[in-house]
Amino acid sequence: MYPSRFKYEAPKTLEEAIALLDAGKGEAKVLAGGQSLVPMLKLRFAFPDQIVDINNIPDLGYHRFDSDGTLRIGALCRHEDLEHSKVIASGQPTIAAAAPLVADPIVRTRGTFVGSVCHADPQGDWAAAMIALGGHMIVQGPKGKRTIEMKDFVLGPYTNAMNYNEIAIEAVIPAPKGVARGGYLKLERRVGDFATASVAVSLDMDGGKVLRAGIALAGVGGKTIDANEEASFLVGKELSPSNIVKVAELVAAKAEPRTDHRGSSEYKRQIVRTFVTRILTAQSAQKVA
Amino acid sequence: MSSSLFEEIQTPPSGDIAVRRVTINVNGEPRTADIEPRLLLADLLRQGLQLTGTHKGCDTTNCGACTVLFDGRPIKSCTMLAAQAEGHDVQTVEGLGTASELDPIQEGFKQEHGLQCGFCTPGMMMSAKALLERNPNPTEDEIRWALSGNLCRCTGYQNIVKAVLWAAEKMRSN
Repeated sequence: MYPSRFKYEAPKTLEEAIALLDAGKGEAKVLAGGQSLVPMLKLRFAFPDQIVDINNIPDLGYHRFDSDGTLRIGALCRHEDLEHSKVIASGQPTIAAAAPLVADPIVRTRGTFVGSVCHADPQGDWAAAMIALGGHMIVQGPKGKRTIEMKDFVLGPYTNAMNYNEIAIEAVIPAPKGVARGGYLKLERRVGDFATASVAVSLDMDGGKVLRAGIALAGVGGKTIDANEEASFLVGKELSPSNIVKVAELVAAKAEPRTDHRGSSEYKRQIVRTFVTRILTAQSAQKVA
Repeated sequence: MSSSLFEEIQTPPSGDIAVRRVTINVNGEPRTADIEPRLLLADLLRQGLQLTGTHKGCDTTNCGACTVLFDGRPIKSCTMLAAQAEGHDVQTVEGLGTASELDPIQEGFKQEHGLQCGFCTPGMMMSAKALLERNPNPTEDEIRWALSGNLCRCTGYQNIVKAVLWAAEKMRSN
């Protein structure tokens, strides 16, 4: 399978890349890891006139914590970088749990965190994680940078809130109020398949008490499901068995699963209920900060 | 050896789409080709450079038969534009060893009967090579995890895992 014809540029600065997108007037696409875009080009679901490859732009591959605990992930940080990262393993449990579950090991060497969020696949892992984490995206266009809160970033399936002449340059996860806890669970029929259902949980904890709670779901709706309002039931409370059961019910009710070859809608709702319970129960078992 | 698809991609592009000259370090040698931007790395290797050891199974980023090492890391070459490899190192299965001097990974696949039809084998071996370079003493679980992006439809996984364990031991004893 071949993509349709396009022009290709691999500029060395963000400014040049943005100028190319601007000149493309919506017919130019950013190529980062390419693990979603290249298959879509080959299937001719996407047929841009211009590809703007950002892989030659230096200093976008980072992920780091600021001194206040804010986590910043650059546009070329690969899934694999996060999977093997010591600072992520010790500092951001939701991302640490999700990274090894993204696609398959070969795709993870190329695909990027930021690109996956931008792709806004309803079954994508990182958009769900970012919503649960209360993150935001920093995008840059001809007029400079702006911030888009994650809850406003994903508009629908494969649709994000960026203008055609903007590039997402960084994903930002705010510093936790207390200790960052959380997890990520995904059910897939085999490695690399789309998620049957997945659940991202992020908690800020003070000892046994929940200061902030975020939950988001992938694979169980027409877009990434934001269940942060349901998760907020836990705020100010302990992770007791009855509170966990209650929030798992609320979140399962928020899911919008459809029956398909991966399972019935009721089965997928039960997976959500089970995964929320499992992740929260595991946190309650290790509550000493 | 050419196919109609490759001929199609080789015909001069219309309008203002320029043919690009790329130089890629393939198995240690600089190789130069004039390509259309939409040419995939797997097709440049197989049809442009006649390195047919890299296989194309699914062509949809699922099967891993087209796995090569890109600057030492495994990638699916059907999911990268050849233009992106400009100036980079690419290693294919042809770069592993020779008929008279096999790489320990190739030897392991031979010793442990790690292949039946052989179609997935080049990709399996390149993923295994990337694993063993990072982790010379992997557990069986770590091998299964590292190869989970490579599909074998003969379901010869058990022997493939044994082949990689064999290679790891041989490489450690060398």
